[in-house]
Amino acid sequence: MPYIYNTPADQAAMLAAIGVGSLEELFASIPEDYRLRRALDLPPALGELELTAHMAALAAANSSPHDTVSFLGGGSYDHFIPAVVDYVASRGEFYTSYTPYQPEVAQGNLQAMFEYQTLICQLTGMEVSNQSLYDGGSAATEGVLMALAATGRRRVVVGESVHPEYRRTLETYLKDLDAKLVTIGTPEGTIAPKDLAAAVDEHTACVLLQQPNFFGALEEAEPLVKIAHDAGALAVVAFDPISLGVLKRPGDYGADIVVAEGQSLGTPMQFGGPYLGIMACREKFVRRLPGRIAGETVDRRGKRCYVLTLQTREQHIRREKATSNICTNQGLFALRAAVYLAVIGPKGLRRVAELCAQKTAYARERLSVGGRLRPAFKAPTFKEFVLRDSSGNVDELIGDALAEGIFAGVPLGQWYPQLADCLLVCVTEKRTKAEIDALTSTVAKKPPAKPTEVARHA
Amino acid sequence: MRNERATQLLFELSHPGRGGAVLPACDVPERPLAELLGAQHLAAGPPPLPELAEPEVVRHYANLSTLNMSVDTHFYPLGSCTMKYNSKRNERVAGMPGIVDLHPYQPESTLQGLLALLYELQCYLAEIAGLPAVSLQPAAGAHGELTALMVAAAYFRDQGRPRTKVLAPDSAHGTNPASAAMAGFDFVTVRSTPAGFVDLADLEAKLDDQVAVFMITNPSTLGLFEHGMREIARRVHDCGGLIYLDGANMNAILGIARPGDFGADMMHYNPHKTFSGPHGGGGPGAGPIAVAARLAPYLPTPVVERVEAAGGLPPRYRLAYDRPKSIGRVRSFFGNTGVLVRAYAYIRTHGPEGLRRVAENAVLNANYLLSQVKDFLPVPQGDRCTHEFVASAAKLKAERGISAMDIAKRLLDFGFHAPTVYFPLTVKEAVMIEPTETESRETLDAFAAALRTIVAESPELLHKAPHTTPVSRPDEVRAARQPVLRWTAIK
Repeated sequence: MPYIYNTPADQAAMLAAIGVGSLEELFASIPEDYRLRRALDLPPALGELELTAHMAALAAANSSPHDTVSFLGGGSYDHFIPAVVDYVASRGEFYTSYTPYQPEVAQGNLQAMFEYQTLICQLTGMEVSNQSLYDGGSAATEGVLMALAATGRRRVVVGESVHPEYRRTLETYLKDLDAKLVTIGTPEGTIAPKDLAAAVDEHTACVLLQQPNFFGALEEAEPLVKIAHDAGALAVVAFDPISLGVLKRPGDYGADIVVAEGQSLGTPMQFGGPYLGIMACREKFVRRLPGRIAGETVDRRGKRCYVLTLQTREQHIRREKATSNICTNQGLFALRAAVYLAVIGPKGLRRVAELCAQKTAYARERLSVGGRLRPAFKAPTFKEFVLRDSSGNVDELIGDALAEGIFAGVPLGQWYPQLADCLLVCVTEKRTKAEIDALTSTVAKKPPAKPTEVARHA
Repeated sequence: MRNERATQLLFELSHPGRGGAVLPACDVPERPLAELLGAQHLAAGPPPLPELAEPEVVRHYANLSTLNMSVDTHFYPLGSCTMKYNSKRNERVAGMPGIVDLHPYQPESTLQGLLALLYELQCYLAEIAGLPAVSLQPAAGAHGELTALMVAAAYFRDQGRPRTKVLAPDSAHGTNPASAAMAGFDFVTVRSTPAGFVDLADLEAKLDDQVAVFMITNPSTLGLFEHGMREIARRVHDCGGLIYLDGANMNAILGIARPGDFGADMMHYNPHKTFSGPHGGGGPGAGPIAVAARLAPYLPTPVVERVEAAGGLPPRYRLAYDRPKSIGRVRSFFGNTGVLVRAYAYIRTHGPEGLRRVAENAVLNANYLLSQVKDFLPVPQGDRCTHEFVASAAKLKAERGISAMDIAKRLLDFGFHAPTVYFPLTVKEAVMIEPTETESRETLDAFAAALRTIVAESPELLHKAPHTTPVSRPDEVRAARQPVLRWTAIK
């Protein structure tokens, strides 16, 4: 076996030192009728060359943005990743280490964590960040659980414009707990302040909103946060990290807890994970934060250094009274996010965000020419938007585009029956005018529907 | 050989006007942002991030990396974490563009290679577990525990007999009770015997018709195969409860014994432990679960299904959401695919014989190391172990004032990562050592020799250890009492 040192001679010497006659004897504590007396039914071993060829064949059976122009978004984004990010994350000293339980031999990781926490605070305008959760969906859920614990209230209000998979995750978690989830419809693509005002009451622990929301549209976040606060509820805001190159920071409009899918910051899409759950909050909630946190201190010689801190929140100390059960987190992707932000800087982040916004506006306008597709909502959009297909056949549109080497967008009917004729189109800084124009011509090949059909879908 | 600048923070290195990655010019007509996005949404400027030239970022992180111990550079016998060699071929194959750059919402027809891989992995994990149904969705071991407990809750609810309690031994990982609480159960601790096994009398006393699940780590965190497993399973099943197996220690029994064959109804894997996914300085992991057939309808959606095709065509693979009894989702998107791809590559590299040899050599290495240290560092649970063992510095502490922490810190001076200390909670001054199968006898001998030297050293020297690392004994009390959790320009 490729990774095992022990030769038969080593094994014999080691068994003798232990004082047993065979490897079999080392398993004597497992009762005979529990033993598997056959080989596992698995395919035979592959050498490195064979494995590599096999994996290359599997990879070749997929399409990816390398061969197909992608307008897919919906929480996972094809942003550019600078080479420095891959370089740093592929250093074995980072990726083959573990949670820094021994700070003396983990200052690299600990300082990188401390810097990550600072960068997230700078990015969001919040006061405290943890060292990552699993992904956007679990971060949103943990944010809500924090609000339930902090307020002692048992009602959660969420807009339908929040990522449907975040809401579905939240629903799963709340099912086994004594808490009620109230969902507000968003027929105009964003939460109407009057609808939120009607939905919150003195039992509401928090309002969960997303900015920009799942449809790519901008919520009137400031008034919505104020409505939550007026009811004594907390505002939990899920944000898009890239958007903060141009948009107001959630900390600046009063959010109490912020969460995000951090994949956009230097992590490849890899079919949905592993990603990066970002979470930050106001200082007053720090002892309710789930997950690991790095803090600055001094060593016995007075030298500045970093340790894991406030561990009395965590499961290995508090067990069933911990703020969360999380142990293993997404450290490597927090590192990638930090390196991304460090290398791209404030001007770079702003430029990425501007390119997303400009190209999105161009695509939204171009794709709407000709009459087949029209924006479903009026609200301004950042890097994705919803188009309604007047011909009513989104699947056909997706199929036609795929035949031309384009992923046209994400069909929304799987989550929103009322949007079965709608497509979520995402345009990152990587997309070019030529690619947008190519999608436009694909769409234009099919004539717009007759007025009666339009009416059916209105 | 490091100057001060090497460990300055990014923010201290920042210099106005520097940096900024080169982005292309905008190739579409640009319009004022206020017109596109609404003036009320716009920030006055970008966030106050540091401004750094690219070479400085590289040097900064390259320097930081050298302050870490890692599996690539050091023996890392961190008990319970299975810090085995992280295969470089797995990194390469998992990084292939046709795998690493796939979007989760691509049409299924464009994902057939990946879906085939994930389907096969579901089958492999079912076979290794001896449990037929698998969900690859959970993101880490603790997340797998929580998911399985939610599945159990849904199962009992569906039977019309909801149950309220989850039990686990006092030697369990802290995630067990924390997961039980998050799934809405009351948690009850079951005592261990002095020999480190589940106290059957205490278990019996705590079992009733409200017990949904008994969670057990087997082999245990003490490195013992639970010899009362048969009796435990019988009693839990007799009162209608389910057995959950915390699979953190699967490395000890791969191909030797299967949880489904020794009483488990549900389990999770830690692919970042057993199947060598790199630990990433804290993560990522993954936490796929395997369950008995009667629990399968409750697994999260989607699962990967294989659809046979007629007429000699190859099978198709699809993501199945149409499972009405499913608990739903426990996260966004499919799962920690990148970790699962590495697990697949690991299993394919080893095959059935290879996996069995992994377990044999992991157990051989642990027993060998135990035999080399037990004379000067007592191992309360005896002369045999599975993949790890827990020594105790209690006697050294009582006689010479040397603690488990002293030993751990001093090992760093000898160029070894420390074992896990003070866990499990049932052993005083616990030193939990897991060498894994990917270490040589020479390394184990050198580690044992270092331990032998250390226990004979002066307590004063040990209390101040480590002596050769960049920092020593950080003030953790100060860190917790006066938390400084981010850098600020003015302190």
